[in-house]
Amino acid sequence: MSEEIIKNIMVGEHEDYLINMGPQHPSTHGVLRLEVSLNGEDVKKVTPHIGYIHRSIEKMCEKDTYKQIIHLTDRMDYLSAHMNNEAVSLLVENALQIEVPERVKYIRAILDELSRIASHHLWWSAFGMDLGALTTFFYGLRDREKILAIFEESFGSRLLHSFITPGGLMHDVHSNFRKDTLEFIKYFRKKLPEYKSLLTDNIIFHQRTKGVGKMDKKTSVAYGVTGPSGRGSGFSCDVRKIAPYGVYDQIEFNEILKNDGDVFSRYLVRMEEMEESMNILEQLIDKMPDGNEYTAKMKAIVKLPEGEYYQRVETARGELGVYVVSTGAKHPYRVRFRTPNFSNLFVLNNLAKGGKIADLVAISGSLDLVIPDIDR
Amino acid sequence: MNSIIKYFSDIFKGVHTLWEGMKVTGKYFVSPGEIVTEQYPENRDTLKMTDRFKGEVIMPHDENNQHKCTGCGICEINCPNGSIEIVTRKVPNENGKMVKIIDKHIYHLAMCTFCELCIKTCPSDAITWGTDFEHAMFDRSKLTKVLNHPGSSLKKKEVKS
Amino acid sequence: MILDIYSFSTLTHSINKGLNAVMSPLLATIVELVIVGVLFLMLYAVLGLFLVYLERKVCAVMQNRIGPNRVGRWGMFQTIADLIKLLMKELIPIKRADQFLFNLAPFIVIIASFMAMAALPFAKGLQAIDFNIGIFYIIAVSSLGVIGILIAGWSSNSKYSLVGAMRSGAQIVSYELSVGLSLLSIVIFSGSMQLSTVIASQADGWWIFKGQIPAIIAFILYLVAGTAEINRGPFDLAEAESELTAGFHTEYSGIKFAFFFLAEYMNMFIVAAIATTMFLGGWMPFHIGDWTGFNHIMDYIPSIVWFFGKTFVVIYLIMWFKWTFPRLRIDQLLNLEWKYLLPLNLMNTVFISFIVLMGWYFK
Repeated sequence: MSEEIIKNIMVGEHEDYLINMGPQHPSTHGVLRLEVSLNGEDVKKVTPHIGYIHRSIEKMCEKDTYKQIIHLTDRMDYLSAHMNNEAVSLLVENALQIEVPERVKYIRAILDELSRIASHHLWWSAFGMDLGALTTFFYGLRDREKILAIFEESFGSRLLHSFITPGGLMHDVHSNFRKDTLEFIKYFRKKLPEYKSLLTDNIIFHQRTKGVGKMDKKTSVAYGVTGPSGRGSGFSCDVRKIAPYGVYDQIEFNEILKNDGDVFSRYLVRMEEMEESMNILEQLIDKMPDGNEYTAKMKAIVKLPEGEYYQRVETARGELGVYVVSTGAKHPYRVRFRTPNFSNLFVLNNLAKGGKIADLVAISGSLDLVIPDIDR
Repeated sequence: MNSIIKYFSDIFKGVHTLWEGMKVTGKYFVSPGEIVTEQYPENRDTLKMTDRFKGEVIMPHDENNQHKCTGCGICEINCPNGSIEIVTRKVPNENGKMVKIIDKHIYHLAMCTFCELCIKTCPSDAITWGTDFEHAMFDRSKLTKVLNHPGSSLKKKEVKS
Repeated sequence: MILDIYSFSTLTHSINKGLNAVMSPLLATIVELVIVGVLFLMLYAVLGLFLVYLERKVCAVMQNRIGPNRVGRWGMFQTIADLIKLLMKELIPIKRADQFLFNLAPFIVIIASFMAMAALPFAKGLQAIDFNIGIFYIIAVSSLGVIGILIAGWSSNSKYSLVGAMRSGAQIVSYELSVGLSLLSIVIFSGSMQLSTVIASQADGWWIFKGQIPAIIAFILYLVAGTAEINRGPFDLAEAESELTAGFHTEYSGIKFAFFFLAEYMNMFIVAAIATTMFLGGWMPFHIGDWTGFNHIMDYIPSIVWFFGKTFVVIYLIMWFKWTFPRLRIDQLLNLEWKYLLPLNLMNTVFISFIVLMGWYFK
């Protein structure tokens, strides 16, 4: 099985009609080069070339202390910035056996879910635009602005926050945080039916996405495709259910699974996840304790005991894993990120073979790739 | 016969979903609602950012041109990529002893990643966020700022008696 | 039904008499030709610029934002600024492209749409060419545009352009059939292909009302097929930015690109104008039966205002399609034509012939 996978990834012969969906292209969502070899209109092989935005984050982490790593993790999958920060913070707290206050755990979970909704908004906008429905771009971003306004009020920045640190949070959230979040939930529940009638029910959309890019459960397990893309094929991989962290074991929510494995099921998984996140948010805001503590007591200089540590979280795109090897010093010896987009990208060849170019665009849109996460 | 019925019902169902989609955009055409565009350069006078907006790092000075920075250098140690350089000099204080005070607190705005570690770890609360966001310059050297104003001095801490 | 709407033929007759009195008949004819040509060129350019601006404003309102609003009041001069920018751009020469064909392609596209526009009836008495095979001429001439597209794609010597042009060629040729059949249904109703006769037969009511359901079906089918003819709306694969950069006009820059761009918008105008003429009554005002008072008031509005008003309503419909729906894939597009539009059209045409024979429609 692994030989097949390796042969799939190797570069093909250059006698075919090659088209480069090059690093600058309106629909590859970042700097990714796809070498597509075509036979007329049918795709024979897709070879991705990565590395155009490699910034050696893992190497830079080796010279920083654990609190300074946080601002680098923001910049990997920038649409789920809070969850990336949380991965490293949880790793440090579990290694040092520090107990954070309940309120901090609830706020972390609220921020995670808000980022998840915002990330799915951006995905919906860009997906509609790739398929040609250009108004979806503006409707999705208009609604995402409300979430970014909540973030700006509390943290001062809209996208890259570096807010969740080892020990708790950087500072307390704004006093309007709860009220604004509830208002947003009310506003967005009214807008979600519009999304449904504009894109989900549209017959042209069904024809473009049903039956396209089928991925069965075995393939998604073999390639390690997690997140909504994997759950669209029936692979039950939600880290919030398998290895709950924070307060997720006290919240009731469903894991959304579909069995068809085509582009339409992956689309439906994400749309229903947005609804599910809103239900989770309402429960969290209900149960959040009052007060204003925002951090546990921590030493200024953090030194992890010697050994290896691993922590998993569920970002908007899949399972993020952080692996740290420590020799007892202030800096980690080696930091390695297992990013979800890296595994999600390489299943593209398997899915796009035999389809048309238009299908390739739809499939890569449904896998929801963020390229800086692949290259780190 | 069944296939003919299915043919026509497919057409009707398809056209119905298309009409539903058109109603959404048509509604926005007729009653646009909220226009989300901000007319930026025209509304500069009335534009107010939120209090915590991360525009740049500033050192607030009070009306006597005094600040709170003691020149300890903790912000320089905590900055992950060297955006802060502290230059100190020794002066005699009122007892005649030579003490270290801040000469220049150099802040490289071009390299700052806005991670907030300098502000959080400052023991004297000397630096904080400013809300100015228009930093575009034609010359990169203008982005290196000296945070303490010329001629300013350290504000003495109030001694609780 | 007495129509006392102002007729432009009085104006044209007076100009004709004036010219003939001053110079020899041959020279007068030449001067008239030059006047008509210049008027058409001006109309083409001004309408093209206005349509581009209108599209940007309409799509902006649908998307909760303001369109262009900086250049001139309400952004009126935005298209002129764009045109000046395009004129000043460098015409990038391609070394290994077929130079003659590469330069010829934009001109073919413009000439085809120009020739089609010459036969449109703009107002009562303002129709430049009035053949007795009017509508047939328009359909034939607007098909010449596809030659321009194929030449553009082939001579650019670029993979993207070639794939885009081939797709576009297949699409346009297939949808010609539906366009022709939909318009044929109105020819059956009115009994003539000459445009002025078709309009005159709508003096007591537009065909879309007189022909009831079959005419409405024909109208909808014509709109769908017309949008596909002009490479617009949900059928704009040939220039889909997110798939193949810009399709067949990737390699064109400057004024040549402006030609393609302009021709696309003017084709949209022509499709809308034909729909207005055949289905919505051309320059005929909106009369209701015997309400002579109402009809009298409707007659005061000049016929040219009626024509342009109706055309812009149809143009708005076409724009609405584009900004709502995702794109169709090439095989789904051809599927739609050959399996759905063409059989429906054929059935509709047979049905219409039957009811015309039986006389079951409002005369």
